[in-house]
Amino acid sequence: MTGRRFLARRLGFYAAAVWSAVTLNFLIPRLMPGDPSLAIIEELERVSGQSLPPRTLESIQRLFGDPSANLGAQYLDYLGQLARLDLGVSIRNFPTPVSDLVWQGLPWTLLLVGSTTVVAFLVGTGLGVIAGWRAGGRFDSIVSPLTTFVSSVPYFWVALLALWAFGFLLGWFPLAGGYDPDLPVGLNAPFVLSVLHYGALPAATIVFSAFGGWLLGMRNMTVTTVREDYVLLALAKGLSPRRVMLRYAARNAMLPNFTGFALALGGVVGGALLTEIVFSYPGIGYLLFISLQQRDYPVMQGVFFLLTLTVLLANLAADSVYALLDPRIRERA
Amino acid sequence: MKVRAGSAIIAFFALVAIFGGWFSETVLGLDPRANDIQAIAQPPSGEHLLGTTQFGQDVLAQVIAGASGSMFVGFLAAAIGTALAVLVGVTAGYFGGGVDGVLNFLTNLFLVMPVLPLIFVVAGYLQGTGLWTIALIIGLFGWAGGARTLRAQAMSVAGRDFVRAMRLLGESNRRLVFFEVLPHLTGLIASMFLHALIGAVLAEAGLAFLGISDSAAISWGTMIQAAQQQSAVLRGLWWWFVPPGLCIALIGTAAALVNFGVDEVANPKLRVVRTRRRRIARSEAA
Amino acid sequence: MTSQTQEHAPATPAAHRAVLRVDGLSVEYAGEVRACVDVSFTLRRGEILGVAGESGSGKSTLITALTRLQRPPAVTTAGRILYHGRDGGPPVDLVTLDDKALRDLRWTSLSIVLQSAMDALNPVLRLGAQFADALRAHDRRMSKKEAWQRAAELLAMVGISADRVRGYPHQLSGGMRQRAAIALALACRPDLVVMDEPTTAVDVVMQRQILSQVLRLRDELGFAVVFVTHDLSLLLEVADRIAIMYAGRIVEIGTARALYTGPKHPYTQGLRDSFPPLHAPLRPLSGIPGSPPDLRRPPPGCAFHPRCPERFDGCDRILPELVPAAGHEVACLLYPAGGDR
Repeated sequence: MTGRRFLARRLGFYAAAVWSAVTLNFLIPRLMPGDPSLAIIEELERVSGQSLPPRTLESIQRLFGDPSANLGAQYLDYLGQLARLDLGVSIRNFPTPVSDLVWQGLPWTLLLVGSTTVVAFLVGTGLGVIAGWRAGGRFDSIVSPLTTFVSSVPYFWVALLALWAFGFLLGWFPLAGGYDPDLPVGLNAPFVLSVLHYGALPAATIVFSAFGGWLLGMRNMTVTTVREDYVLLALAKGLSPRRVMLRYAARNAMLPNFTGFALALGGVVGGALLTEIVFSYPGIGYLLFISLQQRDYPVMQGVFFLLTLTVLLANLAADSVYALLDPRIRERA
Repeated sequence: MKVRAGSAIIAFFALVAIFGGWFSETVLGLDPRANDIQAIAQPPSGEHLLGTTQFGQDVLAQVIAGASGSMFVGFLAAAIGTALAVLVGVTAGYFGGGVDGVLNFLTNLFLVMPVLPLIFVVAGYLQGTGLWTIALIIGLFGWAGGARTLRAQAMSVAGRDFVRAMRLLGESNRRLVFFEVLPHLTGLIASMFLHALIGAVLAEAGLAFLGISDSAAISWGTMIQAAQQQSAVLRGLWWWFVPPGLCIALIGTAAALVNFGVDEVANPKLRVVRTRRRRIARSEAA
Repeated sequence: MTSQTQEHAPATPAAHRAVLRVDGLSVEYAGEVRACVDVSFTLRRGEILGVAGESGSGKSTLITALTRLQRPPAVTTAGRILYHGRDGGPPVDLVTLDDKALRDLRWTSLSIVLQSAMDALNPVLRLGAQFADALRAHDRRMSKKEAWQRAAELLAMVGISADRVRGYPHQLSGGMRQRAAIALALACRPDLVVMDEPTTAVDVVMQRQILSQVLRLRDELGFAVVFVTHDLSLLLEVADRIAIMYAGRIVEIGTARALYTGPKHPYTQGLRDSFPPLHAPLRPLSGIPGSPPDLRRPPPGCAFHPRCPERFDGCDRILPELVPAAGHEVACLLYPAGGDR
């Protein structure tokens, strides 16, 4: 089947993308003015009040540059270190390894961003079909302009407003954190409930900010698709309008929305990271914020690296769904 | 209609950005940086129309000053990003072949990368730098979407018979690109610029919110960040963080309106017929 | 007014009963353009009526009006489309029929074949699913398996191997797709199939094959056809009767033979002489000078008069009515009402 060939090509592209991300991560600190390695080492020695063990020194130089070694050799060393999943140590939480910090935050972010992205995609796509099916109708003329406004509002500002209204004024939701700190962490009912309670408001604001983009995209695609002959023929067949809308119009209009997934995901992730900051949510967005404030370069790079891998993986998943939905992909690929 | 309303809003903010500082100083007699010890964190009143911050600064004066900061970054970053998009997209689309292979890969790479976090990290290394650098970084990483669209369009223009014929006749590529291909893409490039403008305003706000910005500069992002830092939410100082966010949203909506209008002109399929289906009365037919 | 005269044929045998009577149908676009004006004709069971005209003659508008598939700017402003069911009950007016009743009538009584099957078949659904959709919408008791089985039979009926039922539209050749679209239109055994240029998208050889298939299936299944095309020579091959449209009106209607051997309207004559016949020996070809009128500002009087080689005083003032003339009907001042020339 040539559907596999399409996926194989995409897989090849993503492999190249991962390699590029790794290389970018390698180059960024080395291209920056000054010597980040030296700055990190000095900072670490100041914070810990002792000189660093040679192993730590070496690890830092591998990650952030060693002016005395040539770039090629550095690159190989860097790849070797990444292969061992060694992302260095945090400056502020010395000597906690960066990977520990990131692994702690990643599940929270995956939970929050993953679930809200799926929900926003479904809600936006669903409403977009309805708006586009009766373009110019009452629903469309109210919802579409409103959505245009909503989708141009910064995520973190929506988060601030929500926190002010529902957390501060109404007191329905807690003001900060991802779970009730007084409860024992684990898979027990009170803790899970507290996670849901704490996560509800951040999740709602992300869905609110993100669904508009999907809605507008889907609306425009539906408006175009509704004029296709196969939709006309489906109506002529005497199918119920609901069935025509879902199986004929929406099914086809959705395909470009999947290719647009990649474009939008980066923005959603960026916005969601900022939302985490507003709610002091224990994910990697908040971690990134703390590390930026404290100039904790190793953590900063570690977060970016893992974030990139995750986003690339999500894109690959979207591509796979696309290949499943469109039989013509086999010929086109 | 949409285009006109959107352009008017953008023009208004551009005017505020350019002349607002002079206006608030001479006409309103306000200084965005002055601290009024008498009025700390006051809600909107006759004296301070939009209230004051925790530091006793006038919010209205700050919003006006913030317009020039945000719009400066927006315009500069959008100019850089659009220029790069044209350079990469048109070159790839026009020349095709190996050049296209490399440039297209680069474009797709930046499309799937989480660009906003990338900007955060790079800017993180350059903390404390001015708005110029921030605009530069945003522009440098934010061109991929535009390049993809332009590549496709340039490809179709370059494939038209008259361009092909002129190429065969030995017309120079540079001339063809500048006099045949680019003029066909001006509408698209303009709409792209607006996209980039709102993207950059949002990115700058995000960066400022993360604490990465010129500590001396005032932009809508730095205002929201200062409000967040001073726990404005927990003190209920809504007048501090609502106006700057609203301004960003207005610019975004305006840009979206213009692009909607442009889309409808470029793609007639999107034009919606407003006439409702008239159910003809029996009396009318009989 | 004019059609009223031929509407009294109640006791004729079943084969001659009408399936469709169109009476004074007018369609406008946003109240500005009158794309169909006062169109009347009767279609008998099992009859193939060809409708020919240049682009802009209103023939496509007629199709969407007949099938009630028209979209917003187009509005039916006058007239009736009376459909006579198999059961011999009172006819229903398709123009005013409510959505639910119309949906029940679709495909079981009235189906359509669109110009390009490539565009008319859903690209992401298997062929069988598109047949099963229609079959199961009108027969709730039919199982999925039965529906797919029936789909395979229908495909076999037009010479497509049954295993194609699991294929996607893009996997078929152009001719196969078009035949599949015809098989799809016959899925629920309709009385009437409207065909919109069903053979424009295929080559000449395939065109002939499809036409003979349509004729064979009509003989087997007994459905009536409204066959719309710009190609008059094609209609001479398949149609029993032919209607010629110009500027939204029927200007001549009669049997295919009568129209071919003795066209009355100057426009019909011009149309006939601008196509090579498929079978007859070649005649010198000539086109019709000028171009179709702008329907926003149709010429006064007979709309054809600016291009007419035989126009005379009065053509630009008096609107000719459709009147009987030598076995068929024509709307031209050369043939005044009552005077049988």
